[in-house]
Amino acid sequence: MIIFHYDKTFEGLLTAVFDAYNRKTFPDRLLEEDELEPLFVDESYTVLTQTDKANRVWKALEKKLQHTTRNMLTHVWLSELPASDELIFRYIRKTFDRKQSIEMNFADDDVLQMRNLAQKVDREKCRMIEYVRFQKAADDIFFAPVSPDHNCLPLILEHFKDRFADQKWIIYDVKRNYGYYYDLKTVTEMTLDSTNLFPEGKLDEELMAKDEKLFQELWKGYFKSMTIKERINLKLQRQHLPKRYWKYLTEKQ
Amino acid sequence: MKEEVLEKLKTLAESAKYDVSCASSGTTRKNTPGGIGSTAGWGICHSFTEDGRCVSLLKIMLTNYCIFDCAYCINRRSNDIRRATFAVEELVELTIEFYRRNYIEGLFLSSGVINNADYTMERMVRVVKELRTVHKFNGYIHMKSIPGASQQLVHEAGLYADRMSVNIEIPTEENLKMLAPEKDHESVYKPMLYIQQGVLESTEERQKHRYAPRFAPAGQSTQMIIGATNESDKQILQTSASLYQRPSMKRVYYSGYIPVNSYDNRLPAVKQAPLVRENRLYQADWLLRFYEFKVDEIVDEKFPDLDLEIDPKLAWALRHPEQFPVDINKADYSMILRIPGIGVKSAQLIVTSRRFARLRSADLKKIGVVMKKAQYFITCNELTLNTVSDTSPEYVRRILTEKKMGKGKDNRQQLSLVFDP
Repeated sequence: MIIFHYDKTFEGLLTAVFDAYNRKTFPDRLLEEDELEPLFVDESYTVLTQTDKANRVWKALEKKLQHTTRNMLTHVWLSELPASDELIFRYIRKTFDRKQSIEMNFADDDVLQMRNLAQKVDREKCRMIEYVRFQKAADDIFFAPVSPDHNCLPLILEHFKDRFADQKWIIYDVKRNYGYYYDLKTVTEMTLDSTNLFPEGKLDEELMAKDEKLFQELWKGYFKSMTIKERINLKLQRQHLPKRYWKYLTEKQ
Repeated sequence: MKEEVLEKLKTLAESAKYDVSCASSGTTRKNTPGGIGSTAGWGICHSFTEDGRCVSLLKIMLTNYCIFDCAYCINRRSNDIRRATFAVEELVELTIEFYRRNYIEGLFLSSGVINNADYTMERMVRVVKELRTVHKFNGYIHMKSIPGASQQLVHEAGLYADRMSVNIEIPTEENLKMLAPEKDHESVYKPMLYIQQGVLESTEERQKHRYAPRFAPAGQSTQMIIGATNESDKQILQTSASLYQRPSMKRVYYSGYIPVNSYDNRLPAVKQAPLVRENRLYQADWLLRFYEFKVDEIVDEKFPDLDLEIDPKLAWALRHPEQFPVDINKADYSMILRIPGIGVKSAQLIVTSRRFARLRSADLKKIGVVMKKAQYFITCNELTLNTVSDTSPEYVRRILTEKKMGKGKDNRQQLSLVFDP
């Protein structure tokens, strides 16, 4: 078994592709730098991430793959699921090795898996766009905590930047402890020192803007009145709005 | 914003909630400098209420006072319910503030009729105009057109709204006259026609000038109440099919009748809204719009109503066993679309991936085909057993409608021994 170690960054993965072709040995497993190796390893190699190598691989992919397929690669990477990097590696290899494009060959297991995984991440991206709930803080910043399954925050920035161009906002991933802050011009990555500011996903009342509480009440009242009692269907509601997202939804708090 | 707005909001939401439409799709618009909001062509739902319906737009009435007395409507003038009216500024502020918190995708504005159609319509136009011009709001706006409103007002509304709608409510005119004596189909079809004209004119203008104003870019929709009157599914679907012939008609909604005014004896006494029938009608509607079905293939003289037990596509397949089995690796797209258990997405995947290799049943399963249904209607590389033509439609129907047994459960009932004393 051939093992490659790398630093678990996307650039590192692309460098691993470069090195593999250079060395003409292809890994069966991709592990983190200090991850424990399985038994019976024939060969172990540690990849040194290099930007120029990664860029060369990406450029080659740009020639071979359509724009949408390249997006798929990044989506699958952001899924952060175990072994998703090995899937990307196999997919890139197939892309380079075959004369014919593999993008549409959904009878190939890796191609179909890539598509399904990318779709999964995309679905959560859409859900984030839907279920982000801003709370207005006293300093006029609209604040929204989230904790998505996949790391899809980078995918939703453009949407919010365009839509709420005239208000300052923060979208914060509590699970991964980082977030993005928009200051009316640019979006910057940020980390909060303490997450005690919003126990239970709710901003402390002292930090809220003065009419924030009222609008939350209005929204809750509206949401409640919209239900048609004769048609209650809680299963359907949970199917569309899984319970794991409820924590940060104003109307469900 | 004051506290008493909460009461108004609740009252007017209660009055508006029976409108089914909540789509926010059909328009793609980026934000403008200094403005707020955008729309995505795919439509965004923001929440789901306990009845499982989506909340995309702030669905609200400007007022629930009404001069009409339609039997099916909760806001009829003879009902003793709490009434309220929003001031234009109140509603505008509410929309913007909800939008800023990402609660909603935009506004769905409807209204009861006060004084007359034009008076009401004019007030509604003032709301959307203020949103678009003063606040530079670029979110989605769906606006009801009041039956009987004049062409000028409909035209002005169309310049601000993304989608407009006029509800037919009752599919046939005689039944409409029975339940709503003050209304007729003409008052519904006229504004519909105005909207259609506006859309067509604007598309033509925009081909000549890129910056010509858009008119209701997401088209129009309408709604029919199901089960309040005695129309058959055939009549209903034929009405929708002819509506879809119109160039700007995007959606027809079906609303299972909920007895809001159960004291009125012109209405049938029902306990539960006809939810299954409503679902079957939507399925038939999808067949019309995405599956290349004709309306007389779904319902005809012999079968004027949809089968409540099985979906309309399966019903069609069982009525036409001579069309099956279909060879997945050879048949054209439109035939693959007609196989029960295969949707638009899997049909497209099948057509693209079969160029690389012959597809087997395992591949189909992974692609997302519901093999439980599809297996009786297809042949692929190896699978030909038990198709509908080998056995019989009755057999397939029986298998597919059998009650499912839960895992590990045995639903064979123990014989009960009855000892007569």
